Order: sequence, then structure tokens, then C-alpha cells
Amino acid sequence: MTLLELFGYACLCGGAAFLLLAALGLWRFSDLYARLHALTKADTAGVALVALGAGCLDGRLVAIIPLGLTAILVAVSGATTGHLIASAALGEDEGEDENEEAAQP
Amino acid sequence: MILLETLACLTLFAAIAALPRLFKGPTPADRIMALQFCGTAIVATLIILGLAEAAPALYNLALVFACLAATAGVAFVALRRGKLRS
Repeated sequence: MTLLELFGYACLCGGAAFLLLAALGLWRFSDLYARLHALTKADTAGVALVALGAGCLDGRLVAIIPLGLTAILVAVSGATTGHLIASAALGEDEGEDENEEAAQP
Repeated sequence: MILLETLACLTLFAAIAALPRLFKGPTPADRIMALQFCGTAIVATLIILGLAEAAPALYNLALVFACLAATAGVAFVALRRGKLRS
């Protein structure tokens, strides 16, 4: 087993661990923002590590191109979705607070 | 190699473990996040399976799945803007 293969297997194991821990966080965390925190880590780090490990182990150009595109697409879309969910939920929270303050006096 | 099949099973289990959040909620934002996570975990499963079976076609399948999950997440947030907490 060469050093590159060892690095590939380590990256695959790390990515799978990121995904499992994110599933646990999504399942157990109490707050919307905490769950969002767990989700975005899985999107960027988990899939990028899995794709990097698969690229190291396969090594052909026909495999590396779709793997790189997948990792970039998942990272960008995960970051965008996370930002949209957080800003929408935060805007609604602040809107509710303003409504409560307006209703109280 | 048995390690790759085990890793594929683990990531598939991660995708399944997010399903209770998809059904229970409690808010629509939680359901969107569970859907997004299912898409991400299945992309990782397809990549590891493609490596284990030496089938590069599964990488292209993972790319298609990433496109679909991205569109679904952004579209859900855009359509339900203002109603994510109800």
C-alpha cells in the first residue's frame, strides 16, 4: 500500500466520520441554529474529504473531474442553502420580537 | 475491499438517521435541513460505492444527485420565505 492510498483511505474515513457526526448532531441538537451548524460542516468538509479520498484512490482523469465538480457543487450549494435558511429564520425571529414588543406596551 | 463497503454502509446509515428529523420537524426549516443532509450523505455513499465497485458511472450519478439536492434546497427556502418558523 503506497502513501497516496493510505492518505486516500484516511480521507475517506474522515469524511464518513464527519457525515455520521453530522447525522448525530442533526438528530440530537436542540436548536435550529445548532443543527444548521452540524449540517454545513457535513456539506463542505464531509463530501470534500470523501471526494478527495476517492480521487486519490482512483487516480484517473475520468474519475477526478466528476469528483471535483461534485465536491465544489455540494460545498457551494450547502453554503448557499445554509446562509438562506439562517438569514430567513433569523429575520423571522427578529420580526417576531418586534411584533411582541409592539404588542406589549 | 471490505473497508469501502463498510464506509458506504455507514454513510447510507447517516442518510437514514436524518429521516426522523425530516418527518418530525418541528419547523419547516428543520425539514429542509434534513432533506439537504440526505442529499449530501447519498452523494458520499454513491462516491464510495463507485470506488468500491470500480464503476466510474456512479461518480456521474453522484454529480446529478448533487445538482438535484442543490436545486431542491434553494427552491424550498425561496418558496417558503417568511414561513420557515410556522
